[in-house]
Amino acid sequence: MKIVVQSEPFDLGAEVDAMRAGRTDIGAIASFVGLARDMNAGSGVAAMTLEHYPGMTEKALARLVDDANARWALLDITVIHRIGRLLPGDPIVLVAVASPHRGEAFAACEFIKDFLKTQAPFWKKEETPEGTRWVEARASDDAAAARWSRD
Amino acid sequence: MTLRIIYFARLRERFGMAEESLDFAGVTAADLVAALQVRGGAWAEELAAGRAFRVAVNQDIVALDAALPDGAEVAIFPPVTGG
Repeated sequence: MKIVVQSEPFDLGAEVDAMRAGRTDIGAIASFVGLARDMNAGSGVAAMTLEHYPGMTEKALARLVDDANARWALLDITVIHRIGRLLPGDPIVLVAVASPHRGEAFAACEFIKDFLKTQAPFWKKEETPEGTRWVEARASDDAAAARWSRD
Repeated sequence: MTLRIIYFARLRERFGMAEESLDFAGVTAADLVAALQVRGGAWAEELAAGRAFRVAVNQDIVALDAALPDGAEVAIFPPVTGG
């Protein structure tokens, strides 16, 4: 398991290669890369700055990884989230999940991403032509996380 | 009791501080929020009933009725927007 918060870019290929290096029990690796967009809520975005809560961030991400491991038979998980100032097109977040079969890898990858959006203490501030603004949380993100709850 | 309180993102900017040490006579997170609201201005606005904010105690998000332990690190921040 690998959980990292960093300002530097990451390399998806290198991370996936590291997960599978030296082992032959992995049948599937599903990965998600989130990118900084040049447009949000009707305004052009020239750059964004990501702030986080050091300590709690790592703790929250570790809990998501533990929850995914408890829910599915997984072989490895990598979560990397960037902080600092990012430009449109820059990668923000990577979630990669290795498992024996594709079903668990796809599901766990989406599960971690959905809860990361609502549980991990990161905040985005955008630079737009109208000035800087903090991104508001979206109800659709809460709904995406809620669909994983088991009755 | 003494609390270390940390603010993030929009709340840090509106309150004009990243953290403070506070002598606190109440019991719960709600008591703390009420004590901060009394400061007026941005404190009263941002922490008003119906405004969306989160409270974490020792790095776990809690409900407002949670009791605060002495010496706790209490963080108050807007709903998160990472990913």
